[in-house]
Amino acid sequence: MKYTEEHEWLTIEGNIVTVGITEHAAEQLGDVVFVELPEIGDDVSKDDSICVIESVKAASDILAPLDGKIVEINNAIVETPSLVNEDPSEGAWFFKIEVSDMSPMDEYMDEAAYLSFVK
Amino acid sequence: MSDLLRTPLYELHVSNGGKMVPFAGYEMPVQYQSGVLKEHLHCRKSVGLFDVSHMGQVLIKGNNFLNIALELETLMPISITQLAKERQRYGFLTNISGGIIDDLMLSNRGDHVYMVVNAACKNIDVPHIIKNVRTLEVELLEDRSLLALQGPLAENILLKFNKSIKEMRFMDIATVTILGAECWVSRSGYTGEDGFEISIPSNVAVEFSKSLLEFEEVQLIGLGARDSLRLEAGLCLYGHDIDAETSPIEAGLLWAIQKSRREEGIDSGGFPGEERIFDEIKNGPTKKRIGIKPLARAPMREGTILYSDAEGSNEIGRITSGGFGPTFGGPLSMGYIDAKYSIKETQVFGAVRDKLLPAVIVSLPFVNTNFKR
Repeated sequence: MKYTEEHEWLTIEGNIVTVGITEHAAEQLGDVVFVELPEIGDDVSKDDSICVIESVKAASDILAPLDGKIVEINNAIVETPSLVNEDPSEGAWFFKIEVSDMSPMDEYMDEAAYLSFVK
Repeated sequence: MSDLLRTPLYELHVSNGGKMVPFAGYEMPVQYQSGVLKEHLHCRKSVGLFDVSHMGQVLIKGNNFLNIALELETLMPISITQLAKERQRYGFLTNISGGIIDDLMLSNRGDHVYMVVNAACKNIDVPHIIKNVRTLEVELLEDRSLLALQGPLAENILLKFNKSIKEMRFMDIATVTILGAECWVSRSGYTGEDGFEISIPSNVAVEFSKSLLEFEEVQLIGLGARDSLRLEAGLCLYGHDIDAETSPIEAGLLWAIQKSRREEGIDSGGFPGEERIFDEIKNGPTKKRIGIKPLARAPMREGTILYSDAEGSNEIGRITSGGFGPTFGGPLSMGYIDAKYSIKETQVFGAVRDKLLPAVIVSLPFVNTNFKR
């Protein structure tokens, strides 16, 4: 598992990266009431804003952590946005992205680095 | 946050997990551990305790109540002479162009007037009143806290401190002894629920709050839920839904201007901005405050521009407050729209992140109020 400074977590299986937000991010956002996801097949570039999360407090973006193509999205969190608060690090993943160049993954933090980043 | 003020309940907020944010010059709790959504729902079904001590509590004294009322009526289009003893009324100070300087709650306390004004405006309102009244003594109180106890079970809880509150109806105000201290209790609030606002000497405010929190029905509620509760109840937030530019008629507050102060009334006019206000009463304002229900799930927040068409070529209004209504169960907004589009069920489009999303004009409030009339 890797972590971005934008409080996303990333897991890698082959050339597919699954992206969600961390428990810390979910807690900071507060109760999530709306999620907008990219569409399957979208080509995205690193740092593109590709999702919107709105909590009772405010709207925030999720950035694409890598260049690639969206291959799967989690409609369950669109239907039930509160899942993002209930199960951010597993059930409430946001999207899966097919990546050709994994090298930017090296920039991202491991768990220990992320935990000290949010301290 | 060193320049920010703290209310006497600051330590209590922090020890209850309050997330403190700057608000109107104070460090105030935006939420506690359970979060905005749960706090909101708790207040609608049980009792919420709000610290609103940042608001301005103002005493206005003079020779007698009639004198005070007549002088204050020169600053606002509200009937004060006809406000009965121990009754409270919603009102607003107007400026010479008919805009709103501040909105407030005003009470007849027998020989004087007690007012509660917005925190962000108190240092404007008090000098404004002093400058414009000839004989009155105007005092911004620094030694009292203000707590709101709101929700369907608020009466049951407050009864345990003084039985006399049971007799009170919506918008009554009375002196009530609580924990041996002289409190001024009104049956009113900012949530759309039955409830009370309690002005209490600051040296007993913490003790009283702790005693309230010993009841499992009572939970602290932060500013976040305060905002979603008032939005569902269709109530204006000063600086957002009303300001120095908007008139009370545009804001849909004609109900707060008693007939006696209107053009044909027995105490007609004599307040700042009377020309515009009378004109708008007679001919209708060019824009009106309305409720807006987004048809998709995305909230339309403050600043969202409204259009009459899906292409976004005809701008007709703007959202002034918007978010998610936990009791309403969806996104909800209020804002101003050209009068001809203000009819209920008119479809409009709001620009959210470069998309034009459909919404519909609805009547306020979004959630039925629950006052004890």
